[in-house]
Amino acid sequence: MQTTETQLANQSAGDAAVIRDAVLEAEGLPQYLTFLLGEEMFAIGILAIREIIEYGFVTEVPMTPPFIRGVINLRGAVVPVVDLAVRFGREARDNTRRTCIVIVEVESTTGSREMGVVVDAVSEVLEISHDEIEPPPEFGARIRSDFIRGMGKIGGKFVILLDVNRVLLVDEVAVAASMMRLEAPAAVA
Amino acid sequence: MNLDDALQTFIVEAGELLEQMEEALLRIEQTPDDADTINAIFRAAHTIKGSAGLFGFDHVVAFTHVAESVLDRVRSDELRITSELVAIFLSVRDHLGALIAHIADGKEPDDDTHRTSAELVTKLRVYLGPPAPASSQALVPAKQNGTVETQAGDGVGTDNWHISLRFAPDVLRNGMDPLSFIRYLTTFGKIVHIVTVVDAVPRLAELDPEASYLGYEVAFHTDADKTAIEGAFEFVRNDARIRILPPHAKVADYKRLIDELPQEELRLGEILILCGTLTRTELNAALSHQTALADETLSPIGEVLVDQKLVQPQVVAAALEKQKQVKEHKATESGLIRVNAEKLDVHINLIGELIIASAGASLIAQHTAMPELLEASARLSRLVEEVRDSALTLRMVEIGATFNRFQRVVRDVSVDLGKDIRLEISGADTDLDKTVVEKIGDPLTHLVRNSMDHGIEPVEVRLASGKPAHGTVRLNAYHDSGSIVIEVADDGGGLSRERILAKAIERGLAKPDQQLSDQEIHELIFEPGFSTVEKVSNLSGRGVGMDVVKRNITALRGTVEIDSTEGVGTTMRIRLPLTLAIIDGFLVGVGGSTFVVPLDMVVECVELSAEETAASQGRDHLDLRGEVLPFIRLKQLFDIPDPPPADIDFAADDTFDNSNAPQRSGLPSTLLTAEGAAALARDPELAFLLHPVKRENVVVVQYAGRRTGLVVDELMGEFQTVIRPLGEVFSGIDGISGFTILGSGNVALILDVPGLVRRVAGREGRRNIQATTYAMAE
Repeated sequence: MQTTETQLANQSAGDAAVIRDAVLEAEGLPQYLTFLLGEEMFAIGILAIREIIEYGFVTEVPMTPPFIRGVINLRGAVVPVVDLAVRFGREARDNTRRTCIVIVEVESTTGSREMGVVVDAVSEVLEISHDEIEPPPEFGARIRSDFIRGMGKIGGKFVILLDVNRVLLVDEVAVAASMMRLEAPAAVA
Repeated sequence: MNLDDALQTFIVEAGELLEQMEEALLRIEQTPDDADTINAIFRAAHTIKGSAGLFGFDHVVAFTHVAESVLDRVRSDELRITSELVAIFLSVRDHLGALIAHIADGKEPDDDTHRTSAELVTKLRVYLGPPAPASSQALVPAKQNGTVETQAGDGVGTDNWHISLRFAPDVLRNGMDPLSFIRYLTTFGKIVHIVTVVDAVPRLAELDPEASYLGYEVAFHTDADKTAIEGAFEFVRNDARIRILPPHAKVADYKRLIDELPQEELRLGEILILCGTLTRTELNAALSHQTALADETLSPIGEVLVDQKLVQPQVVAAALEKQKQVKEHKATESGLIRVNAEKLDVHINLIGELIIASAGASLIAQHTAMPELLEASARLSRLVEEVRDSALTLRMVEIGATFNRFQRVVRDVSVDLGKDIRLEISGADTDLDKTVVEKIGDPLTHLVRNSMDHGIEPVEVRLASGKPAHGTVRLNAYHDSGSIVIEVADDGGGLSRERILAKAIERGLAKPDQQLSDQEIHELIFEPGFSTVEKVSNLSGRGVGMDVVKRNITALRGTVEIDSTEGVGTTMRIRLPLTLAIIDGFLVGVGGSTFVVPLDMVVECVELSAEETAASQGRDHLDLRGEVLPFIRLKQLFDIPDPPPADIDFAADDTFDNSNAPQRSGLPSTLLTAEGAAALARDPELAFLLHPVKRENVVVVQYAGRRTGLVVDELMGEFQTVIRPLGEVFSGIDGISGFTILGSGNVALILDVPGLVRRVAGREGRRNIQATTYAMAE
């Protein structure tokens, strides 16, 4: 699976998605990790997930947008950690014993990199077949529709399947870009 | 040979630039109006032309100049990018690739190549419009290796001088013809005998037609003295090994001459012939004698010669020694290994990990307080430190090689400009990281060329203003607070405030009524497309360069400063970090966070007492032994909350937060019993002693000659730090230059002092302007 993934990374994102789906169809149903942000359930395709670690030892980085929690040391590599709840415009929540950092691999035009996302609790890994995935609604999901890859049906309920590459798009998450957006309105005022 | 290295760099760089050019060309088809892409193509061509000029590849320069002129018209909106133009430029790019490939193979371009050059130039001319530039057709540097045949003289007399000449392979490329020196000798004496040493000539396939492989042994008869003979070789002294032996030279001198012969395994007899110690006939006689004796005792040729009283024993001994040395030299050569730079990087990264791991180990050792463990970990730390230092020296090279390359730049450019300019070099032995050296060549070339072209005035102007007729460009390097400083200075006219300002207003970079400081005006020359010179020359004036210089240097975490006095000269000061991988850091605690200040910048630490805070009347500066020291309150700037008072809530509550993890050096609160707490409350002095961390400290840092204070809560001492890059997510952040991992496994932030100062100064500046505008509005 790993090698398929790296090969895919070299191709353009659109092709990769098509091929990946084809590969998955050949190998079985796509799997998703479901997790909670507050009361809401979300899911990320398992292929993008590297590991799940306990929340802790996050170093805050000053002068960054609020959705950046800070950085952690992941076996010698410094990995940025994003608070998904804040990124989706919800309140930041206190950490509990179930708070986790999910390390995901994000692909962009400049290559792939590891990033951490803070979630309130991880639930389980589920298989969701293609015909159980609905296209994203135009509104009503309370998050930006381009973050949504689809709506998966699990046990009669809809779960938002996230497109991590969009959620953690470096052009948006990067400090420089965020600072510019923050300072632009300030200059007007 | 430095030049060979530089040539390799040129080939590699040209390859990269051509790749960038191709990429940009393909992109420009989609977005024909993107100025950045056009600039990228232009810069690639410009840089290749500049570097090719350095090495005297005139055909490349001539060809690229035409292409560049067309691109310049595109840049100035006189010409629009069409797909035809892109197609032509793609073939221009391919052709440049071919030309560079020829250079890489050490071959002269063949007729086909010249034809392609001419064809493309014709195509490009169409786009140049009526005033075609004066650039000529691709030049063919017609250089031939002179063949010198051994000329028979009338016997070798001891009244003759003996001159031994070994020219460096580059001598022809540097514009010197060995033959002309030999011919010059005949103007004041007579060449009695000349032997050409051909041993260095490689096989035909490996032969570089532009290289000089020949050495000469000259027996010379003259009445002139040694200085006169030496004077003949004045211009090649650096490019050749020259030995001059006076008439009736002693055996010892011949011995030394043998020692200095080129490192080929010459046959002993040949060496002696070449030295003029004995003739071919004498050697042949000796050889036949040896063959005759072969049946009885196989005596070595040396002994035979001595037996026959042809040469003195000492001379034979020296020649034998020489043979031995040549063999030994070959053995030591294989002791050197060329290592892939990537492997070295991996190695240094691993050492970085090792430093972190060892810091972690000593932390644990301190916790357990086992004497043996402490000792072992101390030993380990020391060794790791040594390993780190030795690993870093692997990457360190002296800047001298880079500087020397400019001798030729200055020589050529001064000829082109018709100015008499000399280059002075100092601080050539200053070490710096190889990655930095590789990347600094381009910006330095631009700066030196700019200094010569724009800085140094024409002779008449110089004489009129009372300066010596020849201009001077100085290259200097030195270490300063963990940085290396490279200066390019000239004693020219300095930057003209008015001309820069006028140009800036013309280009819309500044407004006519704007009040600018000298520094701000000097900064303007780093704007893209800025050039005050009216006429476009081959050298500079197209306005690329300074912006690229600035960008390249910023990419290396460096800065450029300009110091210029009109009429006196300009000094460009490049300040770069010594190494890009590991630094010695000074650990400070602010609130619950830990930061690293580069230790080389730390001058001292002082306590920020309450009296001093009061004396500063709410302003952010203090009195440091009579000097005003502005300071930055990191806690305020970074908006860091005070650490949670104690861990008691932590244990009781379900909330789980150890983001404030660094170990405090104060008293662990768990040791504090209720009684103890009460005692502390009663006795403030005891409380103060037990909580020394409550005091604020000022870390005084020095950067670029300026001092700034950083107000922190806690000083935690020195720490070796591996720099982890900020990565794409954090790259825009001002005031933080990287991350590092502490022994505890936590991530700490490395402070970028100049960035912090910039940030604070900028914010204060904006606030002040705002305040004054409001005041005016009222």
